[in-house]
Amino acid sequence: MTRALPQVTPPPFAPPCPVGTPCLAPGDVVRVLPGGGGPGHVRTPWYLRGAVGRIERICGDFPNPEELAYGRDGRPARTLYRVRFAMAELWGARAERPEDTLDAEIFEPWLEPVHAS
Amino acid sequence: MPHDHHDHGHDPGGLSPSGHPYRKDQDHALTHWQRMEIAIRELLVERGLTTPVEIAAQVARMDARSPALGAQVVARAWSDPDYRARLLADGSGACREEGIEVDALKLVAVENTPDTHNVVVCTLCSCYPRMLLGLPPDWYKSRAYRSRTVREPRAVLREFGLDLPDRVAVRVHDSTADMRYIVLPARPEGTEGWSRAALADLVSRDCMIGVAVPRTP
Amino acid sequence: MRTDDPETGRRWHDMGGDAAGPAPGPDHDFALWEKRVDALVQIAQAKGVFTVDGLRRALEDMGPDAFETMTYYERWVAALAQNLIEHGVVTVAELDARMAQVAARGETYGDAQGAAE
Repeated sequence: MTRALPQVTPPPFAPPCPVGTPCLAPGDVVRVLPGGGGPGHVRTPWYLRGAVGRIERICGDFPNPEELAYGRDGRPARTLYRVRFAMAELWGARAERPEDTLDAEIFEPWLEPVHAS
Repeated sequence: MPHDHHDHGHDPGGLSPSGHPYRKDQDHALTHWQRMEIAIRELLVERGLTTPVEIAAQVARMDARSPALGAQVVARAWSDPDYRARLLADGSGACREEGIEVDALKLVAVENTPDTHNVVVCTLCSCYPRMLLGLPPDWYKSRAYRSRTVREPRAVLREFGLDLPDRVAVRVHDSTADMRYIVLPARPEGTEGWSRAALADLVSRDCMIGVAVPRTP
Repeated sequence: MRTDDPETGRRWHDMGGDAAGPAPGPDHDFALWEKRVDALVQIAQAKGVFTVDGLRRALEDMGPDAFETMTYYERWVAALAQNLIEHGVVTVAELDARMAQVAARGETYGDAQGAAE
């Protein structure tokens, strides 16, 4: 299946938080997990669920907001990435301009690598 | 301009330290939520969690945050290519270089170019680089902006008066987690040799959110 | 979207991609009580009582009606109270009693605001 994939030129960027052992690297093609639509505090927006994009940069390791929201410490910290999506991927024929892009921060557990088909 | 917070039952009048008129709340009927704020404030002071001086200082601290700080950073980036590179690599560090204390802000600067225009939104709530730009405008927190900017940014930008040609790509940033964003606008033509103060004057809050571009002289 | 979606579980606040009205709108500065709400939220977070994630989660759980009918800082003070109660800083009874006392002081915020400094 052809997906619309954006260009990414990973910028020189110093992650503001330490990075442990990231599983993903800038340029990698990833899919956002669909998720079950369950309750709780989740920072992966619905409109990105199942979308395929490219890692734009590593932001660092941060405590899990899904746990922090309930007063727990959110450890172990997880790697946060900025992921770039083509608007055509997100909105299909309704995209204003298919090559426009959207960048969002997504935590590693919400991403899976997509291997070239 | 300093303001005396000791008024009781009077309209504070004048301007708040952020340079805007105070909303006239002092003379309206006390609301349930205002009662809650007063009650919480007093209980937290009594519990020793905070003090009236600390609360007033924090109010003053936020009042001192305004887009002028962001404009100062933009103007320096325009004037100094090495600083611009440092801003893009480490936004918070670059702000601190300018003497702006940004606390835990994790700032990502995204740069407009002749072929790319950036715009920032927080679809899930209202994340915003407050310590750099001050409090966000109401429209940034609205359903309309949060819903539509990720799907039809060009239509939204046109509503703000910014009509981008098709050769310019739009890049939307959804502030979903720990990073906060500032758009580094493109330096307008005809500003060669300008002082940093004059350059900063061209940079509005809306330019640094991405719904506007700087005035051309 | 005016409710959590009963079919998918998508939360009401997760609104990226929805249709909506015009985006620009009027701006206004904040009243002193609102600035104090903001200050109390920042101070409580700085003292480690709760995190911004807890605030957001409380705001989300207030539901879409609160978003439509309450102002930004009205929702923030409610979410602040929720977090303080959850973390045992104040009890419901204490807050209730103090609010009644505050109400008895007078008709306006100016009368009731207590000793500012």
